Amino acid sequence: MVGARLLRPAAQLLRSSTPSAALPRSTLQSHFAAPAATASRWRRSYATPAGSKEMTVRDALNEAMAEEMEKNPKVFVLGEEVAQYNGAYKVTKGLLDRFGDKRVIDSPITESGFCGLTVGAALAGLHPICEFMTFNFAMQAIDQIINSAAKTHYMSGGIQPCNITFRGPNGFAAGVAAQHSQDYSAWYGSIPGLKVVAPYSSEDAKGLLKAAIRDPNPVVVLENELLYGLSFPMSQEAQSDDFVLPFGKAKIERQGKDLTIVTLSRCVGQCLVAADQLKQKYGVEAEVINLRSIKPLDVEAIVKSVKKTGHMMAVESGFPSFGVGAELLALTAEYAFDYLEAPPVRVTGAEVPTPYAQKLEEMSFPTEGLIANYAAKLLRV
Amino acid sequence: MASRLGLRRLEIAAKSILHPTAVRWQPSPCIRCQRRWQSISQKIGSDRVHFPGAVNSQFTTQLAFTRPADLPGMPTYRILDQEGRIVDQAHAPPDIETKELLRMYRDMVFVSIMDIIMFDAQRQGRVSFYMVSAGEEGIAVGSASALSPNDPIFAQYRETGIFQYRGFTPADFMAQLFATKDDPGRGRNMPVHYGSAKLRIHTISSPLATQIPQASGAGYAVKMQNLRNPTDEQRVVACYFGEGAASEGDFHAALNIAATRACPVVFICRNNGFAISTPTLEQYRGDGIASRGVGYGIDTIRVDGNDILAVREVTRQARELALQDNGRPVLIEAMSYRVSHHSTSDDSFAYRAKVEVEDWKRRDNPITRLRKYLQGKGLWDDEREAALRSDARKEILEAYRKAEREKHPPLRAMMEDVYEEMTEEQVGQLEKMRGLVERYEGEYDVSRYEEGIAGLRLKEVKR
Repeated sequence: MVGARLLRPAAQLLRSSTPSAALPRSTLQSHFAAPAATASRWRRSYATPAGSKEMTVRDALNEAMAEEMEKNPKVFVLGEEVAQYNGAYKVTKGLLDRFGDKRVIDSPITESGFCGLTVGAALAGLHPICEFMTFNFAMQAIDQIINSAAKTHYMSGGIQPCNITFRGPNGFAAGVAAQHSQDYSAWYGSIPGLKVVAPYSSEDAKGLLKAAIRDPNPVVVLENELLYGLSFPMSQEAQSDDFVLPFGKAKIERQGKDLTIVTLSRCVGQCLVAADQLKQKYGVEAEVINLRSIKPLDVEAIVKSVKKTGHMMAVESGFPSFGVGAELLALTAEYAFDYLEAPPVRVTGAEVPTPYAQKLEEMSFPTEGLIANYAAKLLRV
Repeated sequence: MASRLGLRRLEIAAKSILHPTAVRWQPSPCIRCQRRWQSISQKIGSDRVHFPGAVNSQFTTQLAFTRPADLPGMPTYRILDQEGRIVDQAHAPPDIETKELLRMYRDMVFVSIMDIIMFDAQRQGRVSFYMVSAGEEGIAVGSASALSPNDPIFAQYRETGIFQYRGFTPADFMAQLFATKDDPGRGRNMPVHYGSAKLRIHTISSPLATQIPQASGAGYAVKMQNLRNPTDEQRVVACYFGEGAASEGDFHAALNIAATRACPVVFICRNNGFAISTPTLEQYRGDGIASRGVGYGIDTIRVDGNDILAVREVTRQARELALQDNGRPVLIEAMSYRVSHHSTSDDSFAYRAKVEVEDWKRRDNPITRLRKYLQGKGLWDDEREAALRSDARKEILEAYRKAEREKHPPLRAMMEDVYEEMTEEQVGQLEKMRGLVERYEGEYDVSRYEEGIAGLRLKEVKR
């Protein structure tokens, strides 16, 4: 019996996986070692103009799930409204028709219940995708995510992997007030045992979700409702059903020499616009780094960039205290302090329960103008 | 005495009662086990179970599983049939004053008309969101009519009728929906998240089912107050939720603790057949929500939610029951059909046939049923119907137009209430903001806000 449990293929996979996947991120060295190791397992794809096509983030997520379900019979989707209704935000559209009701399952309204169920299925060897209608509702189930999914592998002495993907929209949407408008990046990002990613573009969405489903660890995929309908180019590589993105590798969305802007999710797009404004107004070249992965975090990319630019700004839409921005600044101070020419700054959501009023809501989160202004102030231009 | 206090004070009072005893005496679980074992021990030759976990179960040598499918479904109580006639004259309900009957009818019609107007208003982009309660007006209005106006209520979001019955005016509804200066929630909530300390209805909260354990807690507080002030009006707590919410863990925790702590709470489940798109068949496999009440040792009844007289009578008796023996919970499962879409964000014809909905609307509906009853008694006719509908429409539209033009809460309100008192940083920000608006006069239009620029000044005494 014990032998059978030890010989579980998923446990094997977990043990033989890359250092970044298997080791806790205790030292920076282990982290810096990661890229070389990940390269052997996941080849990084670059976009080529030829054969690229437009795709919405929603379709990219849908394609990622469909491909992984096609490839691996252990993968299934469970959540509220995912089957017959095609998902509250239509991300699971068509999956029921394609894979049937054994693999695309509508849940009763019980977040802690269905989340626990998927965690149990993962502990028993399946590879569930647990969809939350939004991560706001996942608070009902956070005990299952953190105390069970994230810790069981460790606490079982490594014999009990939990290959599960938690996904759903995260962050604020539009006009849905305080209880529906929160960013959980920092919450999940602080938990050892979890991997956390936040896709921005369609390529991110597809590559990261596929990687999350394949990864033997519990992975939290923090999507963004406001990005679902946006279209992005998909390179030919990204259109392939083998396209995965490595965790712990940020993407430089825009090259620059004067300022490093580190950001994630929807804020990436805003930072790109802000970077263009900076270029136009002040002739400043900002480098925009799309984190893609919150845990593990690509410190190397940040340090490299700060070495080049000497200025660091973190942009995110969570609350300011103890947030992703705080972590980014702390890491910069720890590992790149000597290269900084000015105090680093962070642009975050405001420290208020998200207001319902549209204008106040707009003011509660970073805007392109605000980002550009802070950048200009930081650079004293 | 206690009944005259506002909700906030009520909570504080409850705390001060509960605290001293609650913390001081902490037996280890072990001691409690021993006590039970001593008092209930297995006697030799007994034909019954005397295990601590089941004290009145007979031994049997027949190995038989209890199969829910073999048990009859719990019956559904009704007074009126679909034609508005009293089904069983021998068990006719107690007389209800004509005035009260007409009030209930008026309230249902009012809510249904407001729903249509506001649903359209959302489609026109005038409000961001709305939820209607079509088909379920009878449950809200009928139950509210049987509660004391002083009973605290925890509602979900499809019980506009209780607000209407308790005295929310068209202006009150519109103030919330359009976030005007008169909104007690100060424009911080999504539309339909009403709340009123005056009417003793806790503010609606978006996350599902969280109100159910809170109602058990409030029930415990009310129980303490009832015991402490036996000459005051004895109160219960009413708690509303849908059959979908009853799948959340909160529901189970709430019913169990209400039963074990004997809290005077009337739990009212609106079983409307759908939780957004999920039909009841996918929501549960037992005999509705009612069977669960029995499992928790709670007195339970199922009622036809389209029969407002039945809902009223059931709630009246449930309230009496809840006050017996110093308090106990009661569960009511009111059956209905969600004629409406889940919310303005939903198109229910993606998962159910339009004809099914039309069928329900035509065949059975709490409003038409009561109307037929009233007509049968000669209390209602087409003329009055037309007058009521046009008056209600006029009243709502008037309040609607007024609210649209009404000022929003003072600008200071965007800072207040995050904490009981504003933090130093907030005060600083408020002053800075005022300085900015004053300095660049004409740049910021503050005329839409109550008090204008003065709204950015700290109030000496907080409301």
